[in-house]
Amino acid sequence: MSDLSVKICGVEFNNPLIAASGTFGFGREFAEFYPLSTLGGISCKGITLKERPGNPAPRIAETEGGILNAVGLQNPGVDHFIEYDLPWLKQQNTRIIANIAGNTQEDYCAMAEKLSDTDVDFIELNISCPNVKSGGVQFGTSCESVGAITAAVRRYCKKPLMVKLSPNVTDIAEIAKSAEFSGADVISMINTLTGMRIDINTGRPIIRNNTGGLSGPAVFPVALRMVWQVYNAVKLPIVAMGGISKWQDAVEMFMAGASALQIGTVLFNDPYAPVKINEGLSAYMDEKGIEKLSDLTGTVKPW
Amino acid sequence: MKKYDTQLFTLVKNERIADGIYDWTVTNDELPKLASCGQFANIKVPGRTLRRPISICDADENSLRLVFQVKGEGTRLMSEMKEGEQVEILAPLGHGFEIEKGKRYCLIGGGIGVPHMLFTAKQCENPLVITGFRNKELVILQDDFKNAGAELVLTTDDGSAGRHGFVTDVLSERLGEIDEVLACGPIPMLKAVAAVCKGKVRCQVSLEERMGCGIGACLVCACKQKPKGSEAFMSQVCRHGPVYDAEEVFFDE
Repeated sequence: MSDLSVKICGVEFNNPLIAASGTFGFGREFAEFYPLSTLGGISCKGITLKERPGNPAPRIAETEGGILNAVGLQNPGVDHFIEYDLPWLKQQNTRIIANIAGNTQEDYCAMAEKLSDTDVDFIELNISCPNVKSGGVQFGTSCESVGAITAAVRRYCKKPLMVKLSPNVTDIAEIAKSAEFSGADVISMINTLTGMRIDINTGRPIIRNNTGGLSGPAVFPVALRMVWQVYNAVKLPIVAMGGISKWQDAVEMFMAGASALQIGTVLFNDPYAPVKINEGLSAYMDEKGIEKLSDLTGTVKPW
Repeated sequence: MKKYDTQLFTLVKNERIADGIYDWTVTNDELPKLASCGQFANIKVPGRTLRRPISICDADENSLRLVFQVKGEGTRLMSEMKEGEQVEILAPLGHGFEIEKGKRYCLIGGGIGVPHMLFTAKQCENPLVITGFRNKELVILQDDFKNAGAELVLTTDDGSAGRHGFVTDVLSERLGEIDEVLACGPIPMLKAVAAVCKGKVRCQVSLEERMGCGIGACLVCACKQKPKGSEAFMSQVCRHGPVYDAEEVFFDE
């Protein structure tokens, strides 16, 4: 078995696969399948300063090669996370990323401050949730707003700061540069692409929120292209996600510029996907004589 | 022992038992024995991103029976699978019916909610089972309930088989004979059943919702629930349900 470990901002991950925020809760349900150390890390369900009930159902619809979701950031609030979920998570021998979302800049700063005094390994700034009325993606779609919120949170954040980018923008590389300039340590990308489905019998959108975020294999080529563009625009490490569902996708993401990966939607299809992707990556590295995954990062040879 | 897992099952029977309704038996040595009534299984369908949650119609040591209706692409693909094929199934999932010894239960199934009540009927002593269908072409599983020792009543909306009328007509007449109601079917039926039971007998209902992970992690199958003595919250149908106390759920929110 090859060495699958990766290092981001000096923090070592057992392997490059991190459960993507919103697909994995706070880990307990998936611990029924395997020890959570099977994953390099867990990006926890997005948390807000106060508890949020989320959107009414239906919150999900299937699409060709993917899904739309609009959960609306249902979560128990940052204090509950710190008191009830984090102590258990820290015993699972995997890296813990706290994903934070807010209605205001002050919300983000207050959460970053609270979480800086805990055992989380990273703070992931969610400025790309497309499914809430205020906050979320409104901070993530212009260079000015990304720069402002990153700089503000940076002042309160003593943990490595990961900024999660929205693909629903004109030029994601410019947004990434703005995050880098304003103090981000890592870029994670991409959040979901805004989409829609309609029930042709009722004329109603399938999702109660009318629109939702598209994820799954259908978005993989878009995510890959964006990772490649951002890799060529910034020096920060990139945690790449968007439709990764097999080890070959993982290799492509590394070649495009990823330093680690997040996987999400595939877990609904196959909860054991992380095991299979890691096995495939390892075999590929053996076959190609690759000693460590970082040697693969950004190795695509563009025409 | 795990509470649930995903494993390969062998599809040993796939039979069309009514228009658009299919009857599967799948075998596996480990997971069926973990199932209790009111739970469901999440079926991996080749080529589809999401699994399809199907209620468990019946279970024994090494097989699950799953009766489903073709509603879209996923269930259509399931209906076309061949006996002998391997199917990956995540099971058993969810919080099922709570059944106490010594009580007389009335089990109510409407349409494709009927299969959910068969395994349940087998766990009850001398249950009264009321099944309702739109018309005689859609009537299923009547012999199975009789063989399970249930007192069985059939109703159809148009009177083409059994009694002409709704399951609630029968329930209202027989309410004095029973201690508790267990129901699965369309939301309007569940609301009507819950209204008949309110203040008289406890009623447990099994709900349906579009699901993602099936285990309570992704939070997409939301249902507003207010457990006795605590605050209302958005529960997950796959984990807190699919079976709820009718008094605790908000059917329309």
